[in-house]
Amino acid sequence: MKALRILNRSIRDSFKSVFRNISLSVASIACTTVTLILVAISLVLTYNVNNVTTNLEKELTIVVYLKKDTTKENRINFENDLKTMENVEKAQYKSGEEWKSEMKQESDTLKTTLDYLSENPLLDSYIVTVKNVNDLASTTEKIRKYEFVSSAEYGEGMVESIIGIFDAISKGTIVIVLALVLVTAFLISNTIKLTIFSRKTEIEIMRLVGASNTAIKLPFVFEGFILGVMGSIIPIILSIYGYVYLYDISGGFIFTKILQLSAPFPFVLIVALFLLVVGSLVGMFGSYRAVRKYLKI
Amino acid sequence: MKLIKVEHAYKIYKNGTTAIADLSVTIDKGEFVFVIGSTGSGKSTFIKMLYREEKPTKGKIVVGGIDVSKLRNSKVYKLRRKIGVVFQDFKLLPKLTVYENVAFALETLGLPNKEIRPKVLKAVEAVGLKDKLRNLPSQLSGGEQQRVAIARAIVNEPKLLICDEPTGNLDPDTSKEIMKIIEKINKDSETTIIMATHDKELVNKMKKRVIVIENSVIVSDDMKGRYKVHESITDSK
Repeated sequence: MKALRILNRSIRDSFKSVFRNISLSVASIACTTVTLILVAISLVLTYNVNNVTTNLEKELTIVVYLKKDTTKENRINFENDLKTMENVEKAQYKSGEEWKSEMKQESDTLKTTLDYLSENPLLDSYIVTVKNVNDLASTTEKIRKYEFVSSAEYGEGMVESIIGIFDAISKGTIVIVLALVLVTAFLISNTIKLTIFSRKTEIEIMRLVGASNTAIKLPFVFEGFILGVMGSIIPIILSIYGYVYLYDISGGFIFTKILQLSAPFPFVLIVALFLLVVGSLVGMFGSYRAVRKYLKI
Repeated sequence: MKLIKVEHAYKIYKNGTTAIADLSVTIDKGEFVFVIGSTGSGKSTFIKMLYREEKPTKGKIVVGGIDVSKLRNSKVYKLRRKIGVVFQDFKLLPKLTVYENVAFALETLGLPNKEIRPKVLKAVEAVGLKDKLRNLPSQLSGGEQQRVAIARAIVNEPKLLICDEPTGNLDPDTSKEIMKIIEKINKDSETTIIMATHDKELVNKMKKRVIVIENSVIVSDDMKGRYKVHESITDSK
């Protein structure tokens, strides 16, 4: 009961203090808000980049073209080999004739050209899906070793560079956000420092009458917590409504179907919870720093 | 029964200044003791060591059964709950009323309101300010403000009341009033009083135990002492 009363008093005092030093509190809250908005953007970006990367990886296939003179027996043996290969998930055969009819449907020019040729220039092929995209290159190498394989490609270079760009964006955002989190903690720490100075006599009396160190420190830690939580309100609202709005107007895709956005729920709720936790932790860390540095008890 | 036992206490500051050197003294429960000495004599350091605002460098200080010299910072509050302290500058919270200032001491200790109220009223009555409960410190005279500070110091019924020049900012008549209140507290509740002062007239009139500290050591300790000053010290009173 006694602990509850001290807790209750600490919370009441910290609220009073937030409003007593309103200009500093507003500055701390504003800084937390800006930081957390950037944290939210970074989270949304990172999560979606990871999502897109996973989608891209799922789409990755090896296209194997067989030489023109490959016998049916060799092709069937090759197909059996493919299916028993360690990293191969699926190997789908597509003959030169199937490619031809598909291409003819795509455009009139292609149709005229292909009809003009007496012999089908397109090769029989296999579209190979792998289990682990990290071993894509080695699997492709293995396939290339067959003498009747004309070529085996998986779009080297392009995929790596797209993933590389996304990765750089995520890492860059994380660095900026971490720097802002530190700045915010410092600002909150400064606010608490001034609160400590403004309540010097009060603290002195508390110490003289025998208030425990916890009872003296608690209001300041709560104040930091309150500033952090207040600073997370706008970012939480923005991330929930903003993301849902973005998802609705874009139809869940950005530019192309490969760049698919993650479904808003429960994603935005997790982001909101994360922002609340980060905000309160940054606030408490800032005040803890000030209490340790300036509250010599 | 000994309330305070100081054995060979030293206080040497980091810059090498010796504030207290080989000080030994005992004070019984219910005693009224004046501590006098010129500025820089070590009187304030001695007083501060009793409520563990300063920690002795060497030696032993036991107050109310607590070994102050071994007390960790985090446990100082246990000692402070047994002690009341009154200062020259009152140290009241300007935005709180008389009642709130006195109640503040108990609120910070986590006492429930139903226990706080009767204790506060008793303490305020003891200093004769029952009719000014709702007044702010700015609406009170210097003497009244000091009485509020005394009420706050005794509200938790301490065994020891330390007064660090409580009349230093007050005129002679008001000083007498304050002394009457402190003497009454000493008699009624057997609270031990240790008072640092420069007020010669008060010390001589009260005829209580007087400990004189000069140059970091006790130079005199008389049970019914008078105000004695070192030849080189000029005393205004």
